Amino acid sequence: MKEVDVNSVKQRVKEAFIDANYNLNKDVREALVDALQKETSPHGKEVLAALIENYQIAEQGTFPLCQDTGVAVIFCEIGQDIHFINGSLKEALNEAVREAYQSAFLRKSLVASPLFDRINTKDNTPAIIHYDIKPGSDLKISVMPKGGGSENMSTLVMLKPADGEQGLIDLVISHIKKIGGNPCPPIIVGIGIGGNFETCALLAKKALLTEIECKNEDPELASLEDKLKEEINQTGIGPMGLGGKNTCLKVSISTLPCHIASLPVAINIECHAHRYKTIHL
Amino acid sequence: MNTYRIKTPIIPEQLEELKAGDKVLLSGTIYTARDAAHKRMINALESHQSLPFDLENQIIYYCGPSPAREGLPIGSAGPTTSTRMDTYTPTLLAHGVKMLIGKGERSQVVIDSLKKNKAIYLIAIGGAGAFYANTVVSSEIVAWSDLGAEAVYKLEVKDFLCFVSEQMN
Repeated sequence: MKEVDVNSVKQRVKEAFIDANYNLNKDVREALVDALQKETSPHGKEVLAALIENYQIAEQGTFPLCQDTGVAVIFCEIGQDIHFINGSLKEALNEAVREAYQSAFLRKSLVASPLFDRINTKDNTPAIIHYDIKPGSDLKISVMPKGGGSENMSTLVMLKPADGEQGLIDLVISHIKKIGGNPCPPIIVGIGIGGNFETCALLAKKALLTEIECKNEDPELASLEDKLKEEINQTGIGPMGLGGKNTCLKVSISTLPCHIASLPVAINIECHAHRYKTIHL
Repeated sequence: MNTYRIKTPIIPEQLEELKAGDKVLLSGTIYTARDAAHKRMINALESHQSLPFDLENQIIYYCGPSPAREGLPIGSAGPTTSTRMDTYTPTLLAHGVKMLIGKGERSQVVIDSLKKNKAIYLIAIGGAGAFYANTVVSSEIVAWSDLGAEAVYKLEVKDFLCFVSEQMN
């Protein structure tokens, strides 16, 4: 049995949210620089150059990368031999969000009642927390401030098994064309295939927690990711929808077994301000 | 892509020169407003109340900035998705708003209304909040401070980068 103090979890998660909002991960920076080198559209070049300048300003620690500092999404992988001490893990995670968003001048972007008066909760809680129990005694936490503009452009469709690979490709490409410049391209596309209605959406979101250059371990999925990325970039939507070669920085697919009658597909869209950090405790 | 430097107050005839895809460096006064502020503006106009700021020949920027640090006018201040404001936009254009700045595509109703009112829609770079923070010289809340980031801020900007939407062709 390993004891983990929830106060140390709180401190590390707080730091991770601040870090994520000010410091774009190296792989995304490199992908933006690479996109600028390859871009031929004058508008695309202007936009990509501004995005590179943007992350350079943000890393100085005064202004977050984007004013939409997101809903706080937290993924916990908890070793089953861990015993949490000194309080509730869930409350510690929410307190981490509260303190991070207050102390680092991050925007509080949650409303308590989604349909009626839509009054801001004023501290960016509650966080959206996913818990996975794993063998062992490691604790891995990924934090992801997720912006509303890209999240709004996400979708979930229950395809028919007969639709197959081509049906999935057609769905993704038609969806990307429909959303155009709205989700702040160049985007990262997380795709969940299989599972059921609710796990499919979660798969798509978890698929985003992959480094840009990381290849899918399954060769068929790796090839499908490459094909989708190429087709998305051929749409010409371009950076901010102003035209160009770079609409998509990465496609990442995760799958799960599913019912014989089903082919669930979820597409979770992420903007170029792809913010996440992973910590180990 | 031609580049134009535009200073406020807007001279409506100046907007007629702008073509789809042109680059604009905007300096002067703009007002932020997003979902909640739009709802309040429309409610006020529909009940014939006056707004706390004049809409005639003004610029609305779809933005909800992050909080300002001490001594700075604003936090990060990039554009939000424009299409969520489509329902409200024709009414504001009818009340004299001449320029809208946001990101993404607009509905055909909005495009038709822009053309009818000789107004224009420009696209700013989404996700470049820190980049745009550096273009804001000063800011003050002019309406609905209870809305926090969704309040209406009057911003003074310098060389604010945006592009005329391709839908304006």
